[in-house]
Amino acid sequence: MSKRQTGLAILGACLLACSIGLAADPGVADPVQGQAAAAVCASCHQADGSGMNIPGAESWPRLAGLDATYLAKQIEDFKSGQRSSPTMQAFAQMLTDEQIPHVAAWFASLPAPSLSSAEPYSPELLERGRLLATEGDWDNYLVPCSSCHGPDNLGAGSVFPAIAGQHPAYIRDQLLNWQQGSRQNDPQQLMATVAARMSADDIQAVAAWLSTQPGTPEQKPE
Amino acid sequence: MTIFRLPATKVRHYLLATLTGILTGVIPLAQAELSEESRRILANMAPGAPAPVEGDFVHIPPTLDELQASALHPELKKVILRGHDIFTNTQQYRGQYVYNELNCDSCHLGAGRLPFSGPVWPAAVTLPDYRPKNDHVNNLEERIAGCFSYSMNGQPPAYGSDEMLALSSYIQWLAKGVPMYQPGASMYGRGYPRLADAAEQPDYHRGESIYQDRCSVCHGDDGAGLNTRGKVVFPALWGDESYNWGAGISRVFTLASFIRHNMPLGQPNTLSEQEAWDVAYYVNAQERPQDPRYTGDVRETRERYGETFHKHSLYGLEVEGRLLGDHDNAGNKDFLKPEALRSRSFD
Repeated sequence: MSKRQTGLAILGACLLACSIGLAADPGVADPVQGQAAAAVCASCHQADGSGMNIPGAESWPRLAGLDATYLAKQIEDFKSGQRSSPTMQAFAQMLTDEQIPHVAAWFASLPAPSLSSAEPYSPELLERGRLLATEGDWDNYLVPCSSCHGPDNLGAGSVFPAIAGQHPAYIRDQLLNWQQGSRQNDPQQLMATVAARMSADDIQAVAAWLSTQPGTPEQKPE
Repeated sequence: MTIFRLPATKVRHYLLATLTGILTGVIPLAQAELSEESRRILANMAPGAPAPVEGDFVHIPPTLDELQASALHPELKKVILRGHDIFTNTQQYRGQYVYNELNCDSCHLGAGRLPFSGPVWPAAVTLPDYRPKNDHVNNLEERIAGCFSYSMNGQPPAYGSDEMLALSSYIQWLAKGVPMYQPGASMYGRGYPRLADAAEQPDYHRGESIYQDRCSVCHGDDGAGLNTRGKVVFPALWGDESYNWGAGISRVFTLASFIRHNMPLGQPNTLSEQEAWDVAYYVNAQERPQDPRYTGDVRETRERYGETFHKHSLYGLEVEGRLLGDHDNAGNKDFLKPEALRSRSFD
């Protein structure tokens, strides 16, 4: 074999190894493939992942810009019944296990939209919400949301999702679900223990304040 | 026996005195009872912790709302608020006073107000006092300097500086109404109250397993914590971004109590005492920046500060085949010992 032939053979072997590697690695999520599969999600979560606030009924959370691993886990949990929602259980079944990481990557890649807040909140309610979200109320052992959900409550790692810039009715419903035990897919009941200490007013306040906050770091005025 | 209730409005500290003397009918002592409201607040501030018992001195530090509503001079309020800001966001001084990823309230939860979480108000009323750790009398600023030098692996703000004024003002304000020289041992939830000795000798491998199950989701498999968008979310527990070998919490009993009473976050007093001892042993058997008092020889340093400190740490001991602290790594700073750590004598 000439030097050139040897080089080509090595190159070929590398390319083959790389392509096998890609095909065999389920961890590589492809937003482009995800976009096609995400068509089933759009009727509720909207094509841009902005979701919809529906007070009094099941709200559709915004998915755009949330962490991909977090989103994939939620879809898997809906599919397995670990997280219960009659609506989402049905929709999650429409996705194959291979499609889930792609769909999650697609929504994660979308820019978080600004929420148009229709609900007028009182300054007192918003101040209570701000306090709970950023400083906590330690006299009631309510740790600040940001101690896990990260700076500006825009998420931390793949376990603690962004909650700033999320629809208020969705946040409220989830906190109530944790309180009532109908949502249990948090690690070590970290969210459930905090939710259990919140009053109805606390939940209202924190949901309201978070919804008025930017959903991405870029939107935050410096 | 005379029992009266203190006006529950602003006076939020009480002495549950043992009134044996009153039985003699000679000592005209009055005993204050904790109001229901105060008991409720206290129970909420320390879920699962033992309630105060007779003889405990109970103090519920004021809140920022109470500061705003108070008659203190507006300039003083500003200074106290600045102290609160430094206390809860000490990372603003990263690379200046702080050389790891900790804030004051990483260890003193609830901005230094919580019982069983090293509440800071006792320092304001027990100091100046003799401190065995450095074998001389320390005032509040020097005590704060100790935190910066060891727990933050840093360089304390200068004595008398704006930062020291702000921090000491905040801490003193938290002690509002507590008698000066109130004996520390009587204070409910002071420091990190020592747990009963573990039934079984604390164990590295049991600790590792509990750590991976209960702590790693936030602090990481490698103890490095989590930093997001340039800001610390979960503090590092070992390595260059964590407390050094001279920090109070590098002692196993201190960390065990911190863990038992404060961790996992939001779930205090849920791990068993044995689990807390095991996890503390595991975490404090990991490497961290050198003790600023290092003499150049780890065994010698352990020996020199053994009685007052290192007999409670794993520094200079061999654990899992490694001699802990046997290195010249001062972490992220380029000096070993800050100037502020100097001895003092009145001989």
